[in-house]
Amino acid sequence: MRRRWLDPRVQEHIAFASLWIVMIVVSLPVVGIMGYMLYRGASALDWQLIADAEEGLLPAIVGTTWLVGLTALIAAPLGVGAAIYLSEYARPGPLLRIIRLAIINLAGVPSVVYGLFGLALFVIMLGFGRCLAAGACTLALLVLPLVISASEEALRQIPAGLREGSLALGASKWQTIRRVVLPNALPGIMTGLILSIARAAGETAPILFTAAFYWLRDPYPNSLFDEIVAMPYQLYVMASEAPGVPIEKKWATAFVLVALVLGLNLVAIVVRARLRRRRW
Amino acid sequence: MKKRVSRVWEWGIERLIQIAGILGIILVILIFFFLLRNSLPILRDFALADLLAGREWRPVREPPRFGMLPLILGSLYVTAGALVISIPLGVATAIFIAEIAPPRAREILKPAVELIAAVPSVVLGFIGLMVVGPWFARSFDDIPVGSFAALGSIMLAFMALPTIVSICEDALYSVPRALVNSSLALGATRWQTITRALLPAARSGLIAACLLGLGRAIGETMTVLMVTGNAAVIPRGLMGFLRPVRTLTATIAAEMGEAAQRSEHFFALFTIGLLLFVITFAVNTIADLIIRRSEKDIA
Repeated sequence: MRRRWLDPRVQEHIAFASLWIVMIVVSLPVVGIMGYMLYRGASALDWQLIADAEEGLLPAIVGTTWLVGLTALIAAPLGVGAAIYLSEYARPGPLLRIIRLAIINLAGVPSVVYGLFGLALFVIMLGFGRCLAAGACTLALLVLPLVISASEEALRQIPAGLREGSLALGASKWQTIRRVVLPNALPGIMTGLILSIARAAGETAPILFTAAFYWLRDPYPNSLFDEIVAMPYQLYVMASEAPGVPIEKKWATAFVLVALVLGLNLVAIVVRARLRRRRW
Repeated sequence: MKKRVSRVWEWGIERLIQIAGILGIILVILIFFFLLRNSLPILRDFALADLLAGREWRPVREPPRFGMLPLILGSLYVTAGALVISIPLGVATAIFIAEIAPPRAREILKPAVELIAAVPSVVLGFIGLMVVGPWFARSFDDIPVGSFAALGSIMLAFMALPTIVSICEDALYSVPRALVNSSLALGATRWQTITRALLPAARSGLIAACLLGLGRAIGETMTVLMVTGNAAVIPRGLMGFLRPVRTLTATIAAEMGEAAQRSEHFFALFTIGLLLFVITFAVNTIADLIIRRSEKDIA
């Protein structure tokens, strides 16, 4: 028999205590840095800096809003359509297996590779140029796996009894999906969409070569094929390349971006927690 | 009449849904096709061995050199460093959340990990550049500048951590409770149960989690672009972690803006993209196979 160098119960105490210590030691710098960032950002922020139509953050905020709005508009029908197929139509088999593998791989493709793809397809081949539409299309493809898996989960949570009830009343399959399944799954689908908007708002690499500019004479887009400025790209250039940017502006941009992204995520977390408590 | 119209409408809708369903497959093929098409000029003119093992990346010199070895090694250094930090930490966090934490700590930790996952990579790079890097440079004499490989590893570890934690948690939860209970009933302590029953049973899920973390780390762009110093030199030994490096992803992001469209440099950057695509595709597919097999084993 193996020699016990420590009583198992003592061992357990030591192990659990060290795990607690590790959790706390790791959390401290994370909380500290986040807190420092919120502090620096909040103190750098003032109304002038946000609302100034030329030198302030407003152009980037407007640009990012356009970008993510359009992204959601493109990704929603494609993603929800794919999710309806996966949850309502697909039968187990090799095809379904390959579709799932493809979606998993899409989720793992590096964001800068999406940028290359968007550059080759939208900017050059389809001739969009570096613009709002090309960036939104690229971002839509990037968030597509996220929209699909969130929507599919929402659809699968609808009990089979609801579908059967509708079918038994003589409704067709599509009528059942349209009138019974989708309305009930809507909150879950919206949660997924909020999360993908948050993701798209913070992504930089996909819009590097497809949409974003650091400085534009007229930063507010008038059409889908206009050049834009966007928050994450502003932050990147300000932090690493552009000389002479006041440090307050850097912190304020980082703060607004983080507040937007984390705020959207918090909304999604709360909505989802509510949904999980729902009883059928 | 109305009935026929609605039937045609319905037929059309269902075809559209089917197309949306296979959209994922179409997209993977399209991405691969476009990367390959734009890499062909390079793959035709240079030997694969010279590309992958070439020691010099000088895209704008005459004649240009597209040796990717410094970039591949740069990616490996940064990723390996990130995994050394995030795998033990991620597995420990997952065990803690799944088995040890009291409910209240769990309710805080789980969304906290999700929120870390949501922080944009450009913001992590910004924090690395403004706060963490300068702190290291002030505190240690061995580090001349605030941008080096290990700083990229540290920041990337945070990006990979949430992926690892959530997949590990899934793996731990999918172990049948009966297994854990029998171990406890035989008189094992909870810790013995975790290390000798739970972890071995969840083994393949844990491996898959590490692979997915690897895929996430190797493809990360903005953070490494901002904090690793971007010097395309071959890192050497452990000291390499304290010197600037440049990764595959950062090279694309940094140079595509300057490369003239359809120049050799432009195509060479697509070749790097193709390499990244192949690496992440392999890593994700293997991870998926492992997860599938472990699900079958448990069922």
